[in-house]
Amino acid sequence: MPISKEEVRHIAHLARLGLTSGEIEHFQGQLEGILAYIDKLKSLNVEGIEPTAHALDIKDVLRPDVRRPCLEIDKVLRIAPQREGAFYKVPRVIE
Amino acid sequence: MSTARYEPVIGLEVHVQLKTQTKVFCGCANDFGAPENTQTCPVCLGLPGSLPVLNAEALRSAAKVGLALGCRVRSFTKFDRKNYFYPDLPKNFQISQYDLPLAEHGRLAVEGGGVSREVRIKRVHLEEDAGKLLHPEAGGSSLVDFNRSGSPLLEIVSEPDIFSPEEAYVYLTGLKLLLQYVGVSDCDMEKGTLRCDANVSMRPAGTTGLGIKTELKNMNSFKAVRAALEFEITRQTGALEAGERLVQETRLWDEEKQATRSMRSKEEAHDYRYFPEPDLPPFTFSDADLEVLRRELPELPLARVRRFCSTYGLAPKEAAVLIASKDMADFFEEGAHLFQEVKKVAHWLMGPVLAQMNARGVSLDQLGLSPASLVELIRLVEDGVISQLAGKDVLGAMLDSGKGPAQIVKEKDLAQMSAEGALGAIVDEVLEKNEKTAADYRQGKESALMFLVGQVMRSTQGKANPKVAQELLRKRLTS
Amino acid sequence: MSLNTLTASVLRERLHAKKATPEALRADLKKRFTAVEEKVRAFARPPDFKAPADRAEGPLRDIPVVIKDNICSLGEAVECCSKILQGFVAPYDATVVTKLKEAGAFVQGKANMDEFAFGSSCETSCLYPTRNPWDLQRVPGGSSGGSAACVAADEAVMALGSDTGGSIRQPASFCGVVGMKPTYGRVSRYGLIAFASSLDQIGPLTKDVRDNALLLSAIAGPDERDATSADRTVPDYAKILGRDVKGLRVGLPREYLIKGMDMEVRAALDEAIALLKGHGVTFFDVSLPHTEYAVATYYIVATAEASSNLARFDGVQYGLRRPDPSNKEDGALVAMYKKTRGEGFGAEAKRRIILGTYVLSSGYYEAYYGRALKVRTLIRRDFDKVFAGCDLIVTPTSPTPAFRLGEKMEDPLAMYLSDIYTISANLAGLPALSVPCGMTKSGLPVGMQILARPFDEEGIYRLAHFYEQKTPWHTLKPKL
Repeated sequence: MPISKEEVRHIAHLARLGLTSGEIEHFQGQLEGILAYIDKLKSLNVEGIEPTAHALDIKDVLRPDVRRPCLEIDKVLRIAPQREGAFYKVPRVIE
Repeated sequence: MSTARYEPVIGLEVHVQLKTQTKVFCGCANDFGAPENTQTCPVCLGLPGSLPVLNAEALRSAAKVGLALGCRVRSFTKFDRKNYFYPDLPKNFQISQYDLPLAEHGRLAVEGGGVSREVRIKRVHLEEDAGKLLHPEAGGSSLVDFNRSGSPLLEIVSEPDIFSPEEAYVYLTGLKLLLQYVGVSDCDMEKGTLRCDANVSMRPAGTTGLGIKTELKNMNSFKAVRAALEFEITRQTGALEAGERLVQETRLWDEEKQATRSMRSKEEAHDYRYFPEPDLPPFTFSDADLEVLRRELPELPLARVRRFCSTYGLAPKEAAVLIASKDMADFFEEGAHLFQEVKKVAHWLMGPVLAQMNARGVSLDQLGLSPASLVELIRLVEDGVISQLAGKDVLGAMLDSGKGPAQIVKEKDLAQMSAEGALGAIVDEVLEKNEKTAADYRQGKESALMFLVGQVMRSTQGKANPKVAQELLRKRLTS
Repeated sequence: MSLNTLTASVLRERLHAKKATPEALRADLKKRFTAVEEKVRAFARPPDFKAPADRAEGPLRDIPVVIKDNICSLGEAVECCSKILQGFVAPYDATVVTKLKEAGAFVQGKANMDEFAFGSSCETSCLYPTRNPWDLQRVPGGSSGGSAACVAADEAVMALGSDTGGSIRQPASFCGVVGMKPTYGRVSRYGLIAFASSLDQIGPLTKDVRDNALLLSAIAGPDERDATSADRTVPDYAKILGRDVKGLRVGLPREYLIKGMDMEVRAALDEAIALLKGHGVTFFDVSLPHTEYAVATYYIVATAEASSNLARFDGVQYGLRRPDPSNKEDGALVAMYKKTRGEGFGAEAKRRIILGTYVLSSGYYEAYYGRALKVRTLIRRDFDKVFAGCDLIVTPTSPTPAFRLGEKMEDPLAMYLSDIYTISANLAGLPALSVPCGMTKSGLPVGMQILARPFDEEGIYRLAHFYEQKTPWHTLKPKL
């Protein structure tokens, strides 16, 4: 299954991965090989087969609506790359 | 009959924050207004290694809403990951529901403001809320508070069955009322526990297709939703009539400017890459489960209006005012059980009690009035112990002091003079002082009687029972 | 005899009888670390060898356990051997760590691993590759290479690893130790930094089967914080040990006895089968017809889930953050995301994220992920059919013994294919264990894999223990 550089760039953008043009080319080649291999699934007939999203057949796992202690604010903000008072600080989000 | 060339088609997407004790996938408190970033844990922060576990109460609440909206609640439902990057989304995916939502195909009867229709509900599903972003004026940064991250949200999507901004407004008030009745949310747009996005498109009048859709966001009140829709309809109509091509876009409502504007970020259609949430096994509802939930539903607003009309003989408008708040409707019914003349209970509630609530800026349950004490007050008035006017004052005093009506009447010596003896002397006095008016009455001037009644009231500082005074005067004057 | 060379069960006897002290054990482990760690590089960060604050009364009292660098331990750095998590300190204990403490054990330190568990050789760690103690020019296997190596080198008594496609079993076989991947849901994943949520399990790596059973009993069990954990009581796995194996029916899947298999691996397996036959085990030729689709299915499901699980590493809350003012096209926030993730992730991580994002992307879901989930059902059904007539399945753990460092790094597909024997157990959620079953002429360990029905870890331990006790492999030590 051939995959273009443009597609790799698009996927990298979806995944917010900054790739150099060298990386894009490198991955493009490797990805084509891997995709060609996984394409073998196409030869299987999966008509009428239910998907398995969970290995264990369990259902209805719930917890009661009962409060638990929260984390102390300093425990988490201490390792924040940037903080401002009680907030996490990030580059400006443009709406 | 409208002569417009184009007609609007509107769909509404409402997000309701459930008022459960804890968040949807973790045990953090689900309170409004906590200090920033103090209501979090590894799960709702999406820290590495954390896992979600569904809040049983959130699931029940969601199913109840589905049932209240007449939806088919699925016997099998699951969660899915909605993948996108944003700083208020700790995991950069939201656990939501995609192809097997909790409930589908319901309807909301929408009545009021000249509107009487049914709007179909496309789907109701459960998901987690994101945190809050702040954009301080100065500087190139934004700030994130994750307190709200992980709060349980119910997303209610209507079909494009709404055809005017006014209908949208009525739909929203009706939906809010229903949700308050079911008891799952405060539905307070100011606190953000109810949010609304609108989709609007225009089509040639009388056709059935759908035009190019605009998504409207950032409306903070039902009025703003209505205003934004009005603006959009005008804008789109103008563009179409000028032969312009409309684009599918998202526009933000600007409350100050009372206008919408296009979102500046580049319009790439989001590829959310939905897939089943591997950390949450699926959920099932049996018929028995749903029956239990159905029985827990209170009588819903429209059914209650109809019953108030048929059982208590109220006019539809009166019933509508009473049921507009579940507390008031409940209060009325309790009162109606204690006092036969139910209409009087209704009028007192809709009149003096409501006026007190507005004046004091409190809700009915904060007022400190019980149905029994209101009925006691009403009896005092109906029995003639105090006048209607005095009754209103007594109400105020009851709320101020917390004392019962009888006690206040006694303390303030408000009991009307009804005894013929005491009143009779005053009546004689008034007649003496107002010979001319008395003569007018004997000549046939009816209004003179009322003047004399007024004089009796004045000289007793309002304590006289006006009916009794009127009778005494008439007797004396005609004898 | 240095205490660090003993198994946990022997150490427990000696500690209990006061013939050894916890301090002496820690001292011996520290001595061994100083002597060989420079060569083996099993640890992600040097352990501190301090006495724990207090230890509960429990079956593993005073036993130090090394945990893989993707398992959270309160107050300790946990980085998945990735640049993007540098400086991340866990603010909570993984459930398995809580359980270790309840059993009286304590965390000795963090083992090196392939970055985010992406790998089969421990070479993608952002730190350094771990070496195989049996041959320092070779890989220990991965991704729990550090966990396997430290046990094999006697730098640790026992260790925990994680297994998504073979990451406990394959390094166990390369390093000559016992590694168990429990049934999916047997052990809580709360506190395990996720790779592929529907495939991951934490499991023990130990010097012998008894230790493995002890450690699994300590860490297994339902967890209210993990909705995918099974609501089943945990048996005392050690109780099954010592039982006879006569009459056990074992399937040998013909699809696993492929031509590409190394001759010595084949020979070792054949000898093991012969030994067991001699003790009354019956072997059957069985078929798992969808085996050839397992690797493809795995690399769709696992990378899709991984691409989503790794989206959270974005420089906002913790770890690496790299602003990028030079990126004018994207705006400051997206530029920061891209540069942080571009620099913070290694090549294999990026490759898997791209592949995973691709197979979930618009227009491709049904063709790839949707389809792979259905093939997964077919793979599971293959096993159900075989287990209708067999108690256990035996295969080689890996088609080859440990390969050389750098040998497979250029060809990712070749690396993926080396997981062929282990992957299906994860897809089907079955328990599977690797036990040493021989040595090659050049002195490299070979592992035999035993699979069972869901929650039949006891069946596996029964056969593995019996075999182990009739063979010398568990007594051998590498010359370091």
